[in-house]
Amino acid sequence: MSSPIVVTGIGIISSIGNNLKETTHALLHMQSGIKPVSILNTRHAADFVLGEVKKTQEELNQLANADQTKPWTRTALLGLIAAREAIQDARLDHSGAFKTGIVSASTVGGMDRSELYYKDFIGEARHKEFIDTHHAGDHTEKIAETLDIKDYLTTISTACSSSLNSIMFGTRLIKNGILDRVLVGGSDALSKFTLNGFNTLMILDKEHCRPFDESRAGLNLGEGAAYLVLEKEEAALKQGKKIYAYISGYANANDAHHQTASSEEGNGPFLAMQHAITKAGLIPDDIDYINVHGTGTENNDLTEGMAMKRLFGTRIPPFSSTKAFTGHTLGAAGVIESVFSIIALQEQKLLPNINFKTAIPEINLIPVTEVKNAKLGHVLTNSFGFGGNDSTVVFSSNKTRVS
Amino acid sequence: MKAYINGIGAVSPQNTLSQEHFLDDVVAVEERFLQVLKPDYKSFIDPKVLRRMSKIVRMSIVAAKTALDEAGIAKPDAILTGTGMGCQADTEKFLNAVLDNNETLLNPTAFIQSTHNTMGAQIALMQNNHNYNLTYVNRGFSFESALLDGLMLIKEGEVKNLLLGGIDEITDESWLISTKNDMYKTEPLNNLQLLNDTQTGGLSGEGANFFVLAGQKTSNSYACISGLDTFYKPANEQVVLEKILDFLKKQELELKDIDLVILGYNGNPISDNIYMHLENELFAENATAYFKHLSGEYDTAVSFATWLAAKIIKNGVVPSNVQKRKYTGTAPKKVLIYNHLRNLYHSPILLEQV
Repeated sequence: MSSPIVVTGIGIISSIGNNLKETTHALLHMQSGIKPVSILNTRHAADFVLGEVKKTQEELNQLANADQTKPWTRTALLGLIAAREAIQDARLDHSGAFKTGIVSASTVGGMDRSELYYKDFIGEARHKEFIDTHHAGDHTEKIAETLDIKDYLTTISTACSSSLNSIMFGTRLIKNGILDRVLVGGSDALSKFTLNGFNTLMILDKEHCRPFDESRAGLNLGEGAAYLVLEKEEAALKQGKKIYAYISGYANANDAHHQTASSEEGNGPFLAMQHAITKAGLIPDDIDYINVHGTGTENNDLTEGMAMKRLFGTRIPPFSSTKAFTGHTLGAAGVIESVFSIIALQEQKLLPNINFKTAIPEINLIPVTEVKNAKLGHVLTNSFGFGGNDSTVVFSSNKTRVS
Repeated sequence: MKAYINGIGAVSPQNTLSQEHFLDDVVAVEERFLQVLKPDYKSFIDPKVLRRMSKIVRMSIVAAKTALDEAGIAKPDAILTGTGMGCQADTEKFLNAVLDNNETLLNPTAFIQSTHNTMGAQIALMQNNHNYNLTYVNRGFSFESALLDGLMLIKEGEVKNLLLGGIDEITDESWLISTKNDMYKTEPLNNLQLLNDTQTGGLSGEGANFFVLAGQKTSNSYACISGLDTFYKPANEQVVLEKILDFLKKQELELKDIDLVILGYNGNPISDNIYMHLENELFAENATAYFKHLSGEYDTAVSFATWLAAKIIKNGVVPSNVQKRKYTGTAPKKVLIYNHLRNLYHSPILLEQV
């Protein structure tokens, strides 16, 4: 049996903190990052609340210590900040022998700059250095070059499930002997493009979002980035590294129902969770906590709840959506919530689903609403996206049978 | 790791959907960029659905269906797509609307269809296919990443067969923006005269090239994909050369074992230098071919080269229209593709006779 894949480094930035320590503190003290708009330049600033990283482009530039000879998008700066923290946390050095790669994820890539300069691109081509930062992989390349990651790079985009897929793909790159170590995660900055997109779909709540609550009226958007360093357990142990968690199971399924809405029975979510648990060599009863996708939209929470009921029957594990902390961070959501799941494992605490009051009548499911001590061995996190792309990853505090 | 190509479907600026022809009827135009020949979309897609689909989704569905039909597979075990720039038309449409109308009066359709995974999702939707579904979006590595995932899935025993596609679309606006960075040529040219053109930039193009890959060969298998590597931003030509030699060594092959090398010449004198260097230094004794005068350059153009290599191996002929240094053998068994995009994204891919 090959050595299991473990997490040895974590980096994260979102509206609730610029690093792992701040993030953990905010989660355990129930401090939401969703606030009135002060960074994104949009005519809807007064209409919505957002999970913004409250730093201007200049401030992010400084925090990221980015090479000022290059054009940086907000997505790339957020990504670099989180990626550097993860690399330092895992004490990755580049002394020859290891093959190191990066698999990142994003939905709109460099749109935060493109939408500022787009008319210039077409016209006089001012700001043309930002033409090449538009594509979804630009932030990945910037991170790889800055942090000297040389052996592999790619970027995944499956809408809001993107970064769970980068965790899966990275895990498999190590299992297949293509890499020894891989930085996996994703980054997405807020943009007018996405804010207006979700607004036209009428799935944005003007108030703070209320996942899994009867009164839920849509999602709040957020931004952020997170990365995990993955390596083989044996390599981590040999170097005396801290092991945060084991990647024990993962799966990707498609709902094949509608470009933006989930099927009533939650087929894709059901299959993703079921296959991930099987892959981990576990049964549903083994799962101690679920960090649900729980966006706060009418459709998502109902169908995700249906899928959980189908899979877990009457014994649904404690669960919560943490979207009311960060907002929906789109392509980064999967890995940001993976970090939250690992924090839950590390702290042996269930994380709260803030803003919940009343269960959705059709499913009658009550999430965890306070920080609670619990014995957690296996936690599961979901991310679902447009196009029916649904993914699940299971993190464990110890080895499972088949990982 | 290896996989058999059991079906192919290509929508390109050439008549590649036809089974009767194999580049004996090449299309020459005098244009600034190459666009795909429009298939009879209505014979593939319900007209009610077709109306709302952008070109990139339409051509993907046609190419995917063609490949699946040929392989006799209705619902593949996985759907993998690679696209460098994704749904450009819908992204532009929504972005322009946001900017022009100052964030008012917006229609969600273009936004909904702007995500990079739209093609893979629409194919899954048409098949009611709940299986593994992933989209890779790292410019000149997009197709290669999807291919690597496919090779791993087959090796892992997770799937018996899968659908793999490389897709990019061109729009007037995306082409215009790319020319601002000297990526593409701006004046019309005869595509068949690509290598004689002196304008900077490559000849821009587009396409959707799909493959059914499987762990088991069939009597109709085209070829076997047996090697793939990618490397980003090599320091110089010498590094490229060494990387290719390493690649061959890993495949336990010598240069003389390669019957044909397909090189990614795109007509840009600056970046074509790398191919020229390789052709003269490394592949000095090998027959060579090129293809971007037929497909144009785009982020996933290497998927067209993969189509070409597969057809060459199955048909046992190297069409004269793609030959660069003349092929004198009888039927190529091992074909090496070497492609790079803007000297940033480099990849060798090896295909072998089944």
